[in-house]
Amino acid sequence: MSAIPLFRRDEAKAPAAAASAPKPKGGLVEVTDFRLRYDSAEGAVDAVTDVSLTIRPGEFVSIIGPSGCGKSTLLNALAGFLKPTSGTVTVDGEPVKGPGADRGVIFQQYSLFPWKTVRENVEFGLKMRGVGRAERARAARTLLGLAGLSAFENHYPDRLSGGMKQRVGIVRALATGPRILLLDEPFGALDAQTRLIMQQILTNMWQRLKISVLFITHDLDEAIFLSDRIYVMTSRPGTVKAEIAVPLPRPREPAMTMSSEFLALRRGLMSLIREESLKAMGGEISEEALQGLAINLDGQDIPRVL
Amino acid sequence: MSRAILSAAPPPDLGPAAPPPAAPGGGAAAPEAQPSAWTRRLRRHGGAIRAGLVGAASIALFVLAWHVVTENRMNLYVRFGNVPSPSDVLASADAALGSSQFLTHILTSCRRILYGFALAAALAIPLGLLMGRFKLLREMIFPVSEVLRPIPAIAWVPMAIMLWPSNEESIVFITFLGSFFPILLNTLHGMATVDPVLGRAARCLGASEAAVFREVYLPATLPQIFTGLTVGMGVAWVSLIAAEMISGQFGIGYFTWEAYSLVQYPDIVLGMITIGLLGLASSFAIRLLGRVLMPWSAAR
Ligand SMILES: Nc1ncnc2c1ncn2[C@@H]1O[C@H](COP(=O)(O)OP(=O)(O)OP(=O)(O)O)[C@@H](O)[C@H]1O
Ligand SMILES: [Mg+2]
Repeated sequence: MSAIPLFRRDEAKAPAAAASAPKPKGGLVEVTDFRLRYDSAEGAVDAVTDVSLTIRPGEFVSIIGPSGCGKSTLLNALAGFLKPTSGTVTVDGEPVKGPGADRGVIFQQYSLFPWKTVRENVEFGLKMRGVGRAERARAARTLLGLAGLSAFENHYPDRLSGGMKQRVGIVRALATGPRILLLDEPFGALDAQTRLIMQQILTNMWQRLKISVLFITHDLDEAIFLSDRIYVMTSRPGTVKAEIAVPLPRPREPAMTMSSEFLALRRGLMSLIREESLKAMGGEISEEALQGLAINLDGQDIPRVL
Repeated sequence: MSRAILSAAPPPDLGPAAPPPAAPGGGAAAPEAQPSAWTRRLRRHGGAIRAGLVGAASIALFVLAWHVVTENRMNLYVRFGNVPSPSDVLASADAALGSSQFLTHILTSCRRILYGFALAAALAIPLGLLMGRFKLLREMIFPVSEVLRPIPAIAWVPMAIMLWPSNEESIVFITFLGSFFPILLNTLHGMATVDPVLGRAARCLGASEAAVFREVYLPATLPQIFTGLTVGMGVAWVSLIAAEMISGQFGIGYFTWEAYSLVQYPDIVLGMITIGLLGLASSFAIRLLGRVLMPWSAAR
């Protein structure tokens, strides 16, 4: 089995966080020379090329990159919905063959089942596994209680706010005990304030679970605040532009976002991202365009100046 | 991406202390120092009570107008001379309700609707679901259905009489045809509009192909299926009444047509009103079933 040497290699360079965990229960993700090409009507499009990355067991890794750089594509390949055009995607040494409950996924869009109550949504994974009605109800209640969502167990998703929906989505994904959690811009549709709170909930939750997390975002602060490591992707076709370790201590507190370490990381990431965002917008943006208007009007009417 | 934008801008996280949503309408009663149970009820159901009163008043006005034009045998280009007045109809209703024959007509029509409609639903819903899931099946059946669909069920009457051994079967067949296509097309449309991310979410939670179909596609399509059933029920009545008028023995459509032939004009109106009430009752029954099967959409 090739899984064993791979695991050893990983153990050797595992960071302090993973070493302090009680026992690694798997969750090693390895993506090697990943390339994905979409065949569409207008011809083939390389969405992602030459991406190699690892997520060690129990590690929180973010991917950040401009819109359309292939972040969701990569995540969908990890989830098992897309086959790499070339390269490999493995979890604990096994190639990913299709979707499965060992990898919990939170999608970019809300994906709770509208016809199921919060509790029935959380029960879904257990139901698919053949767990009996009473037992899965009990498990879901316990889990919702631990996540502070008990009061909403009989609500339909419709009645929940966006933040609440994503929390339930995370709890639903966790109910089957996955080794890996894949999140695709889960807080992208939330307002800034809710978003901060959700980030804190997620980081605290992860601190207790110690499962591997891949978190996709295009928000710098979010990536720094949450992650052990950040991969920065280039604009399409996406490749890894940089890999940045985040040495901030755990548990993470909101106040850390003001620390000089945080700000230094932010500055570094900012310049990396800015280059790529400009590139992503391609010919749309020139130096003149960046100025907004290449003329100073001093309060005069545009028609008069023209 | 556009979907993400559409579902964006949710209300801020309200948390457990959020106030319950205010009841709609109910601005009628002014707030008092100590609202009694009555005023509270009035405030909660104020909108519904007002709508009920307005509805009753408008029906009363309609009957009054009917009374005026018929009692005076008005001739306003549209001729009301032979049209029975409300009191004539009431008298004939009184007589009819006492006779077992009228009841037989009603029961016969109801039975035909039930058979035809149930058969249509039992075939069209599974077929629509399968066609939505399997492209090849859709490509095979859709053209045939598109050719047959525009033919009104009534146009099938002569063919139905040839096809089926008895009159009864051909009438049920006509009713079936009328409701089949609306149910099929709505189910199909419902399948096409299922958010694919829900299917993917289910697969990520360990659902098999069959489980995704049962747990995601079926419930996600249910609202559209019920739209189809409601429309289908309406068309079923239209088709049934026409078929009964043309080729029936018994049935409320036959009763109405026969009343005309026998110059029993009040019975025409009685038949019409009965048909209206039966249609209303059956669509209400479907709505009720929908509420029971789809509690999540009632909460909206
Ligand atoms: N099914 C598809 N067929 C053809 N091209 C696709 C398909 N899905 C995605 N793409 C293209 O591949 C590229 C990467 O898409 P992807 O959704 O992975 O980007 P993303 O980084 O997640 O973007 P965003 O931040 O906007 O979510 C985009 O340019 C997109 O247009
Ligand atoms: Mg995306």
